[in-house]
Amino acid sequence: MIDWILMALDYLVGIPFLGWGASIGFVWKALLMLVVLLVITAYVLLADRKIWAAVHIRRGPNVVGAFGLLQSFADLLKFVFKEPIIPAGADKVLFLLAPLITVLLALTAWVVIPVDAGWALSDLNVGILFVLAISSLSVYGIIIGGWASNSKYPFLGALRSAAQMVSYEVSIGFVIVTVLLIVGSLNLSDIVVAQQEMGLAHALGVPWMNFLNWFWLPLFPMFIIFFISALAETNRPPFDLPEAESELVAGFMVEYGSTPYMMYMLGEYVAIMLMCAMTTILFLGGWAAPLEIAPFTWLPGVVWFTIKASMVFFMFSMVKVFVPRYRYDQLMRLGWKVFLPISIAMIFVVALVLQITGWGWNGGVA
Amino acid sequence: MTLPVFFFYIFSGIAIASAVMVISSRNPVHSVLFLILAFINAAGIFMLAGAEFLAMILIIVYVGAVMVLFLFVVMMLDVDFADFKRGALQYMPVGVIVGVILLIELLMVAGSTFVSPELAAGSAMPINNAVSNTQALGEVLYTRYVFLFQGAGLILLVAMIGAIVLTLHHRKGVKRQDIGEQVARNPKTAIKVVKVKSGEGL
Repeated sequence: MIDWILMALDYLVGIPFLGWGASIGFVWKALLMLVVLLVITAYVLLADRKIWAAVHIRRGPNVVGAFGLLQSFADLLKFVFKEPIIPAGADKVLFLLAPLITVLLALTAWVVIPVDAGWALSDLNVGILFVLAISSLSVYGIIIGGWASNSKYPFLGALRSAAQMVSYEVSIGFVIVTVLLIVGSLNLSDIVVAQQEMGLAHALGVPWMNFLNWFWLPLFPMFIIFFISALAETNRPPFDLPEAESELVAGFMVEYGSTPYMMYMLGEYVAIMLMCAMTTILFLGGWAAPLEIAPFTWLPGVVWFTIKASMVFFMFSMVKVFVPRYRYDQLMRLGWKVFLPISIAMIFVVALVLQITGWGWNGGVA
Repeated sequence: MTLPVFFFYIFSGIAIASAVMVISSRNPVHSVLFLILAFINAAGIFMLAGAEFLAMILIIVYVGAVMVLFLFVVMMLDVDFADFKRGALQYMPVGVIVGVILLIELLMVAGSTFVSPELAAGSAMPINNAVSNTQALGEVLYTRYVFLFQGAGLILLVAMIGAIVLTLHHRKGVKRQDIGEQVARNPKTAIKVVKVKSGEGL
């Protein structure tokens, strides 16, 4: 259906115009992706608040629209109509550039995410490295914002964030390496396809039980480490030390208000959704249905992708409610002394198993 | 002008402009940020040349990790810029010599195509379009150059250990958290029940 709409758009505006026809069609696809992403972000934000409230036995936002469904849009209007205040001592250009960097980087990474077979805006050969590169850049939005505010709490928040994100990127990198060892390709679509064409279900002779094929099962420790590292990477509670309100007021966001603040929040939630999508692609079989039988295969792949990513986000949300905030040294200990050794050891284990048994998609890298 | 050429001029133009800004901006933090911009544009040029793996690694390693630490240190420095400027003039001759040598070397590399085309042609590997360049790099790196690769890794390891040894101080009297011990505590080991006679205290 959406394929058809996209095709129609291609025909409509993709006419050879200065030889850039294909790129103009691409612009429309990107725009569609952007709009869908922003609308979903609005509801993810609402869902986050609703889940948080439900655990507290509160109602959460319920005034604007039915069940508070328009709350995020009301917030948007309010943020936009407020006056942005720039501190006198701030580095003005960088102060305003920082939230923009956060949002742009978070949105950019979505360009390579395949939400269904062949539905990536750009099916890069090195897609997973692209996501890793972009998410490693996102720390700059926070550091620059913290420094440009020219104030103590934001600066402390920025320093914490720099150390935290660099630490957890290492273990995320190693977790991804274990997946890549099995798949033998850096392409995100290949990773999803590999999870349907090999795995436990095929080994047991029940290939329709697709969910047994996915990498969450053989790489279960890696799945857990990736999930926790993703929490740390996106500054979600219990690892939200850069903005810990009990210690740093609001961390790097202290001096921000109105639209720049909203852009920080938007960037943060888009990055969280990206991590949910990455978890889905790497470990939960991407757009594939959990069971390859009739009622499940009726739903299109993009729906399954959304359902899985939403479930991962539900876990993100629940962790936020349940787990108290880590102390800073505990955070560093967890990253460097627990996750790093485990993930490095798993690389050797996975490589050894692949080498001995010859498993892996098309032989993996071996 | 085709699209790749157009993008090549955009990337290289921004890269050169930001490289100039690195050495000319007054604030060291701005310098570091311009350096990051130069790196990202260099990655863009790699991408246009078809070396997508190198482009991504450049961003992940240099921009995502090395420059973050760079920025980290530069932000915490409290440099007196006026003093800095006066001192910089002394190092001018050394800087000029290094710069000139670098320029000559670069010209020699670029000029080898014209001076001895047969030598330049021999050094380049033919591009094999059948395999992705990630795979091609890996096949060369882990077979033909495996010892050099391991050697480079060892040098980095030694450097890392050296840096840790230089800065590690075991201070006495610091209470450290032992998570294992903490988790293993139970009421028997953690609580001492004392019978206190009234009027005596402990």
